[in-house]
Amino acid sequence: MKAFVGEPRGRKKTAALPISNGDPRFEQLEIAMKRYQFRQDALIEVLHAAQKLFGFLDAPTLHFVAHRLKLPPSRVHGVATFYHLFTLTPRGRHTCVVCTGTACYVKSADALLNAVSRAAGIEDGQTTADGELTLRTVRCLEPCGIAPVAVLDGIVKGRETPESLLEQVKGWLPRGTDGSA
Amino acid sequence: MELTDLLDIAAKERQARPPHLIRCCTAAGCLSAGSAAVLDRLRGAVHDEGLTERVGVAAVGCMRLCCQGPLVRVDSPVASSGTEGVGMKEELYQRVTPDDAGSIVGGFNGGTVTANKGDLNSAFFQLQSSVILENSGRVEPERIETYIAAEGYQSLHRVLRNFTPAQVVEEITRSGLRGRGGAAYPTGVKWATVAKNPGEKKYVVCNADEGDPGAFMNRSVLESDPHRVLEGMAIAGYAIGANQGYIYVRGEYPLAVQRLHTAIAQAGRLGLLGSHIFSSPFDFRIDLRTGAGAFVCGEETALMASIMGQRGTPTPRPPYPAEHGLWGMPTLLNNVETYANVPTIIRRGADWFASIGTEKNKGTKVFCLTGKVVNTGLVEVPLGTPLRKIVHDIGGGAPDGGTIKAVQTGGPSGGCIPAELFDTPVEYDSLARLGSIMGSGGMIVLDDKNNMVDVARYFMQFCMDESCGKCVPCRAGTVQLHRLLTRILEGRAGAEDVQQLEALCDMVKHTSLCGLGQAAPNPTLSTLRFFRHEYEALLKPGSPAQRMGLPLVAPVSANRPR
Repeated sequence: MKAFVGEPRGRKKTAALPISNGDPRFEQLEIAMKRYQFRQDALIEVLHAAQKLFGFLDAPTLHFVAHRLKLPPSRVHGVATFYHLFTLTPRGRHTCVVCTGTACYVKSADALLNAVSRAAGIEDGQTTADGELTLRTVRCLEPCGIAPVAVLDGIVKGRETPESLLEQVKGWLPRGTDGSA
Repeated sequence: MELTDLLDIAAKERQARPPHLIRCCTAAGCLSAGSAAVLDRLRGAVHDEGLTERVGVAAVGCMRLCCQGPLVRVDSPVASSGTEGVGMKEELYQRVTPDDAGSIVGGFNGGTVTANKGDLNSAFFQLQSSVILENSGRVEPERIETYIAAEGYQSLHRVLRNFTPAQVVEEITRSGLRGRGGAAYPTGVKWATVAKNPGEKKYVVCNADEGDPGAFMNRSVLESDPHRVLEGMAIAGYAIGANQGYIYVRGEYPLAVQRLHTAIAQAGRLGLLGSHIFSSPFDFRIDLRTGAGAFVCGEETALMASIMGQRGTPTPRPPYPAEHGLWGMPTLLNNVETYANVPTIIRRGADWFASIGTEKNKGTKVFCLTGKVVNTGLVEVPLGTPLRKIVHDIGGGAPDGGTIKAVQTGGPSGGCIPAELFDTPVEYDSLARLGSIMGSGGMIVLDDKNNMVDVARYFMQFCMDESCGKCVPCRAGTVQLHRLLTRILEGRAGAEDVQQLEALCDMVKHTSLCGLGQAAPNPTLSTLRFFRHEYEALLKPGSPAQRMGLPLVAPVSANRPR
């Protein structure tokens, strides 16, 4: 496979890139790539780093990664869209992740999901219009002993019921909904 | 690093250990139940009460009974015999709150302990064995010294000094160990194949992409005893002539990733990984690769594609990874639990290992018991243990007076075993005869409230979502199967739909490219086999048109414009 830009490896090109916009996070991403010696096989690790910095992967970020790792943008885009953990759209300020693994499923995780979905007026994977709450599902987080499980802003909550979960996400719901629906 | 240095570290660690030891679980299960605060409180209280000389606090890994977390264990020497190791008294506390933690420490100064006591003599603990999990809940995963004190890395030393690579392969072959990832391929045979395949470089890969929902054995091993896996991989590297190892961990396991990073760095600092290990000519490096949420990456060719930074799509086999793996080189790919067995086999001998289990299924296996059962958590038993013993004796049966209907084993690739067949020994072959698989070890207990058609649809939806889309039978077939199951579940189906379901299952099973598609129909087929009446109860009589309430009309004329 021929690299799509012809510059020799290692030449500093960041400044010439219009996409970096002087955003210091691109510098940090550059450092992350340097740690992997700009190896093309470290693409997934680099995308993890990018998502951690930016919160999501937008087109300029993917283009920047493609340019620095000397990979075709199609390949970077292909990888970023293949894996579920990468998101190409921004997330809300708060996230509610409902586990839909088997142990949670047999203990009625769908009731948790439906409750939040109805109260917030969004489906799995969507963000409320005011950008407050993103609702997601995940296939097994594996603290199965305390199923059903939900993760609120990174904190794992076990043995949830629809009522207890709604109580906790109440403050993040759009105006006019109180979760009593 | 020499053996004497290793023994030195072990002796120092044992000497520094105070007579009383409080062990607090810090694996992900207990952490999500709040064990970090408990640990903080334990440490603070020991300091405040001035007990630092007498009482140690250890942040250990999984202690198996995950449903009762956070778990805390207290080891105290029995007053009559002061010698270490002999006459230790162990107490288990469960669902410990930070306040309970304070009272546990207060107990050493004569206070009353308010924490809930657990029963270490219960069937859950007494009927289990300890091979893979022997150090889990004992060593501190973030301190290599505790692993060394538990005779860690001595197997690696023994192999480098006393064994030729061929002898290592021979020992593993003789032990009868079979791959613990689910396919149950004899590990020794796989090692021998990679060892004899020529290549300027070879790789050792550890598959820690444990994607089956409801299975967390590998996570527990990595979070509780990561050095055991590193040691197993290094021994494998020596046996097959590889200098580079990769661990591919699921992106959903941030704690396991962090502990592996720590473990690799610690082992590197002590010269137990890197160049000239134990002053021998053997070099071995291990790098970590994090997955990003794709179930199909548990398939070996997809996993290798992902390690090389590509989309995780499988490729047809042969060529097998053993001859044409990472970057075209011979690659040894085993599961976490397979590598975790290796140091113990070397230390205690192949004959000892082969004495556990049954004729064709040697050793023990870790299962994750979850679902509608009283005791959920990790269960390690010899292979060949009847299912009834695991579910009813160790698991404690159904909670709240329910009736257990079936056990689902092997995740989305497995099947459901009905309660009538619970006397089946849990072995690779016996479960395969029932149309299920042991898989990597997930066991989800279902009770009479779970509809089996819904269970089948649940797994079909999982496979449909996770299909990588490369081959048509899997990409399109799982969607159609899911539709058929939904139609049955919604009471819109007739007998011909079940026939079509069976025919399509057969097609998807036999024509898909990789294990994901080939095994996707298993949950459906096994529920059809054992719970057909649940399907039939949902069927409606009559022709499709009648069921939909359509008027009977003449067929559409053949000369309709195109």
